[in-house]
Amino acid sequence: MTIDSQIMSSSPYLEFVRVSKSFPGVQALDDVSFSVGTGSVRALVGENGAGKSTLLKVLSGVYRASGGTLRINGVEQTFANTSASLAAGISVIYQELVTVPKLSVAENLFLGHLPLKYGMVDYPRLYEDARAALASLADDVDPRVPLGRLSIGQQQMVEIAKALTRGARILAFDEPTSSLSAREIEKLFAVIERLRGEGRTILYVSHRMEEIFQICDSVTVFKDGRHIETFETMDGLNQDILINRMVGRDIKDVYNYSSRSYGNVSIEMRNIMGPGLRQPISLQAREGEILGLFGLVGAGRTEFLKLIYGAVRRTAGEILLKGVPTKVETPRDAIDRGIVFCSENRKAEGIIPLGSVQENINISARRRYGHRFGIINETWEHRNAKEQVRALDVRTPSLEQRICNLSGGNQQKVILARWLSDRMNVILFDEPTRGIDVGARSEIYALIRRLAERGVAILMVSSDLPEVLGVSDRIAVMRDGTLSGVVERENATEQKILGMALPV
Amino acid sequence: MTSSEKTLETVKIPSFKKMDTAVLLDKAGMLLVFAGLFIGCSIFIDNFFSLRNMAGLSLAISMAGMVSCSMMLCIASGNFDLSVGSVIAASGCMAAVAINMTGSVVIGVLAGLGLGVVVGLINGFVFAKLGINAFITTLATMQMARGFGYIIAGGKAVGITNSDFFVIGTTYFLGLPTPVWLTLVTFVVFGWLITYTEFGRNILAIGGNEEAARLAGVPVVRTKIWIFVIHGLMSAMAGVVLASRMTSGQPMTATGFEMTAISACVLGGISLAGGIGKISYVIAGVLILGTVENSMNLLNINPFYQYLVRGSILLAAVIFDRYKRISAA
Repeated sequence: MTIDSQIMSSSPYLEFVRVSKSFPGVQALDDVSFSVGTGSVRALVGENGAGKSTLLKVLSGVYRASGGTLRINGVEQTFANTSASLAAGISVIYQELVTVPKLSVAENLFLGHLPLKYGMVDYPRLYEDARAALASLADDVDPRVPLGRLSIGQQQMVEIAKALTRGARILAFDEPTSSLSAREIEKLFAVIERLRGEGRTILYVSHRMEEIFQICDSVTVFKDGRHIETFETMDGLNQDILINRMVGRDIKDVYNYSSRSYGNVSIEMRNIMGPGLRQPISLQAREGEILGLFGLVGAGRTEFLKLIYGAVRRTAGEILLKGVPTKVETPRDAIDRGIVFCSENRKAEGIIPLGSVQENINISARRRYGHRFGIINETWEHRNAKEQVRALDVRTPSLEQRICNLSGGNQQKVILARWLSDRMNVILFDEPTRGIDVGARSEIYALIRRLAERGVAILMVSSDLPEVLGVSDRIAVMRDGTLSGVVERENATEQKILGMALPV
Repeated sequence: MTSSEKTLETVKIPSFKKMDTAVLLDKAGMLLVFAGLFIGCSIFIDNFFSLRNMAGLSLAISMAGMVSCSMMLCIASGNFDLSVGSVIAASGCMAAVAINMTGSVVIGVLAGLGLGVVVGLINGFVFAKLGINAFITTLATMQMARGFGYIIAGGKAVGITNSDFFVIGTTYFLGLPTPVWLTLVTFVVFGWLITYTEFGRNILAIGGNEEAARLAGVPVVRTKIWIFVIHGLMSAMAGVVLASRMTSGQPMTATGFEMTAISACVLGGISLAGGIGKISYVIAGVLILGTVENSMNLLNINPFYQYLVRGSILLAAVIFDRYKRISAA
């Protein structure tokens, strides 16, 4: 098989040449060059944020590359939008399938170019075409039923059929097996084999090592938006080598870790269960301890934090503060008891965009300190905002500035200022440095450390492995809605943590 | 922190000149428009700037003024309430019927206001607690309140027998009609409410970003219910005042008044997207709308054309609002 595929992929069909993509404060893709031939399956691997998804989005025309070019069969391409990419024969099958669940399978297949007769949809022909398109992919599917009634695996087959009806020569799969059953995976792999046999080019993004060794002919490794290495053949390659290449990096110490002494157990989470988790989770954190929470995207970390915070209703479990069972049913309960939450999604769940910096700082603590009988104490509000802005070095032209005009790092500091204005014992931090540039990052780390020194218990979710290792005293690893283990700082290595996080 | 890191994060500050005009426009834009309109009308329309017309004008806008204030709370939280007009009519009838039955003005007024509170509670509960969208919820209660008004009034206007009740609507105090005073007080109270109370700030936070507000500990459901209750109460107050002015409870009155209140708010600059609420905006919107209507009457413009003009003004206002939001983003 290897020899065959090498011969077939001798001429590169899809080429990335020095492709870059930057967002404000983040270099998502940095000078990436590699190529893939026809009739081959190429795995793209790397940690969260390594640049795989960005690469797929550049390929599908969702993003425009900031630099570099893309060639298909030697011809340079620039995609202004997704339809240009589709027209060039590229289809990306995303993890979250993009479908219209209430329309029929057939309508989904031919959405945008339904067969017409006298200006009306020609249903007999539509169903006939749909049956032809589904042949040998999902023969058991009736094209007339609503797509939403199919299983995820069947829906995926419909997506593949859709790509093929549009004449896709390049198919990219983003974590295709994440929600499939074993049998569906088997079926998917058979289809991928067939597509390869037909001479198509396939990109396969996955965290599951086992699958990669089963289905792929070659592997490209990404890290921090850069192309690290391409293994043109799987011979002599093993999981350890790949993981090593995925994580191996020069770790600069921006974390300034120093050990602290801890107090009593501050928060104990007992058998927490709810949406997004597959098994109850129990953890505890001491006063002054930083507990890191690592896992891949979708492992249920954010969901876990929200269950603790009362933002999402728990189905089971209880929370003990300093050993006392405590009612935390809503975010308001949590805040009243000194548990606060900094969302990873600042824009949707953190800031009040039209509100001023001062307003955003005071919104929560004011009911404890700021007012009498519901009337705002303007003097307190102004003084508190001023103190916080000075203490955290928030860069804003004035306290009246709307928060949406601030940079990500400064917005994060304002959210922190909101909680620092109040008394707090436990802080739930979800991706505290996401979208924040290096300068502000080290300030956030310093702040986390200071909070810990004051005796606050900190739960920090992060997808950034070096960050978790650099900041945490202990690391809890989650995998697929379950807790796969807790590691003390002394025993934690990148390989070990990542190994616990990757699907088995 | 080194200086190079500092420049990395420095926020772009718009030039001062630009900011000044922007701030001025934002703060007083529509009030300036009103001032221009008022001066223009005074110069070009006979009898506009006369004592009699001014009293009439102020009385005409007093009802829209009261209701628009509480409508501002709704819109600032990102919602609106369509049941206003029906509540005005129903509470007027309620007051009339209660006064005729008991002979007591106090009981009549309380009954009228109570009806508004009940409708507000229903709106608030169904919308905030059950999570039904505000449009449908208030569309339903709009019909229910209208029907209730007709039922208790027996399908026609209810003349009020106790003339003590007319004090509210027909007397003057310091040269201004009493309803105008009530409206001025409403402006002051709601201006204070939205700016200087936690309740007001919570409304703006909910309208700006409901999920963020919830996660910051703002009692979202409770606040929303209060908004609708207050709005019901204010609509009922307007209804009671109207009944007093007309010396009867009329079940067919104030149809489409919700549109007047929403128009006034949007015209003044209260964004339908929520998150913005300033009493000066509401005042400006109410004044502009009232002045336009008044001058059209003075000019003897056919009422059919008046609809056309009012609609066009509202359309222009929302387009302007959208343009403002795009340029601000």
